[in-house]
Amino acid sequence: MLRWLPFVPVIIAARRPTVRKETMNPLSMSSFTLTTSLGTGLRAHVEALLARRSGLAPCTFESAQLDTWVGQVPDERLAPLPPELAAYDCRNHRLVLLALAQDGFEDAVARARSRYGPGRIGVFLGTSTSGMLQTEIAYRRRDARTGALPEDFNYAGTHNNFSLGRFVQAHLGLAGPAVVISTACSSSAKVFASAARMIAAGVCDAAVVGGGDSLCLTTLYGFSSLELLSRAPCRPFDAERSGISIGEGAGFALLERAPAAEAPGTIRLLGIGESSDAHHMSTPHPTGLGARTAMQRALSSAGLAPGDIDYINLHGTATRTNDASEDLAVFDVFGANTPCSSTKGATGHLLGAAGITEALICAIAMREKFLPGSPNTQQPDPTLHVRYLLDNADEAPERAMSNSFGFGGSNCSLVLGRAH
Amino acid sequence: MRVFVESVGLLGPGLSGWSASRAVLLGAAPYAPAEVLLSAPETLPAAERRRTGLPVRLALNVGLDALTHSTRRDEALASVFTSSGGDGQVLHELCEALASAERQVSPTRFHNSVHNAPAGYWSIALRSHAPSTSLCCYDWSFAAGLLEAGAQCVTEGVPVLLVSYELPYPEPLHAARPVLGTLGAALLLAPEPSTQAFARIDLRIEAGATPPSHMQNHGLEALRAGNPTGRALPLLHALARPAAATIILEYASGNTLAVEVEPR
Repeated sequence: MLRWLPFVPVIIAARRPTVRKETMNPLSMSSFTLTTSLGTGLRAHVEALLARRSGLAPCTFESAQLDTWVGQVPDERLAPLPPELAAYDCRNHRLVLLALAQDGFEDAVARARSRYGPGRIGVFLGTSTSGMLQTEIAYRRRDARTGALPEDFNYAGTHNNFSLGRFVQAHLGLAGPAVVISTACSSSAKVFASAARMIAAGVCDAAVVGGGDSLCLTTLYGFSSLELLSRAPCRPFDAERSGISIGEGAGFALLERAPAAEAPGTIRLLGIGESSDAHHMSTPHPTGLGARTAMQRALSSAGLAPGDIDYINLHGTATRTNDASEDLAVFDVFGANTPCSSTKGATGHLLGAAGITEALICAIAMREKFLPGSPNTQQPDPTLHVRYLLDNADEAPERAMSNSFGFGGSNCSLVLGRAH
Repeated sequence: MRVFVESVGLLGPGLSGWSASRAVLLGAAPYAPAEVLLSAPETLPAAERRRTGLPVRLALNVGLDALTHSTRRDEALASVFTSSGGDGQVLHELCEALASAERQVSPTRFHNSVHNAPAGYWSIALRSHAPSTSLCCYDWSFAAGLLEAGAQCVTEGVPVLLVSYELPYPEPLHAARPVLGTLGAALLLAPEPSTQAFARIDLRIEAGATPPSHMQNHGLEALRAGNPTGRALPLLHALARPAAATIILEYASGNTLAVEVEPR
């Protein structure tokens, strides 16, 4: 809190390198791109969302034998990496490279690179499983005698979480601060917070944020072991909801300090709220305490009131417990008037890539002037309280919130808005 | 970027807590590596205690070591957890199960496999709803965590606990990614020169690869070079006296993180 102290000697203020503010300075999302099972690039997502199309299909991924649906990016779209990046070759990085190549994103980063210099652009990315599939496959190819992993297994290039950060830095020619955040399903929402802090602290002038998570057996069989996988396409906030459908995808945004006179329509990051549940490793707080705190902090960081938000993209995983606790939290903060929906019926749950995906779906909704409904949800749960959108609505949101809540009780809410 | 150090935690082979380790770091007591014994903190509920693996125990114990000498043991304390590899034992067991015909995955193992498992258990143990981030930056995870915690400290004007931890992987992963020793380090950082602050540190990213600071003692130098959390040791050495020093830490993409230490 910045307090008014009339007789503080000037030297004390001067010793502090950065003065904390209650509200954050807005950041412009000057370029962004998204690839999921709905398609490659933003245009495909606009069309799919407007048509209420779902990318979910019965699971035929790799050797998985599970009665579930997934949002898979077709294998044939995931080309091997070029020779100079071969050390990073795995499904996750193929997906990331495909995503980076869309919507002129690489060109936008190149322009920023010549404007700021490669050392002044940070890379803040989220993933939950990185190139885990590569390690799973390597474990099936262990030496029968020694148990050793195959020679071609590249730990630093594919398994380590930071392989994603190194790969993206190398591909985009960036040399500033870099980190990979891995906080399960809030990972690629929390990267916005890290980037905003680094820009505010003067460590960098711009940032590539986002992340990627691809299908692997660990998450498919792991969520199956927790009995959280739906046998049908997931139905967020539905009375008959029965668990999640896992999806895959990658999305990126270029963040820069917002100029005083911004081009109208530019999407801006206005606020961020983070919190911890302090309740349980894999079950959300029953009354949504952590979720509520994250949303309230995001509003206060944006300097906005609940009534200023025109649309909420819910975490809405379609598990019984997530949707019930998130409903209580949203209702508590916003009441029953703010339109909200989960788009996981369209994309599936992208885990570490859910945060960036849903932040960008909010950006699409603001740019294209509609509110996305909830494909696959049929009958909203009558015991839930929020104003849940089944169908798309012909309204033009000016400000939107995106919720991401992860295992370990890691919560993050983002507020985005259109510049005027 | 300027922050103030209020307290330190350290747990590793022959390094049993910050108080006992200061003399070892300064060379006033011999460095005698011994196995690190880790129990789950009493502050966790019984059910959670049973589910904790070694990385969670290491991270929680070293974080609590830093809070031993602080009055900031409160639920509002923000935290940053950093580790290159996370829980290698859980990873190994999941991969073995998935390579078998049955593919029987344990639900507890699965939820413990997330990189933010220590942060989750920490928030439960401290009943803390404060923001917490978990990150990875390969061999440079300590430097990245220090930057992350420092940026949060100065931009939000709040104290931040940084916890860095790293354990060796079991075979066959160990051969692909060798890590030496079980090591945790923690720093409680404050945005202002509080009464508890005993040193000031200034953080600066520098382009180009300046040789990193080393440890004089051979055993401690091996730990520094062999364990991503070990990269913190030269900084902890400067903080042990404390003495004015410029510590050079290797950082991602060939950069270095220069840390200027100034005692208060």
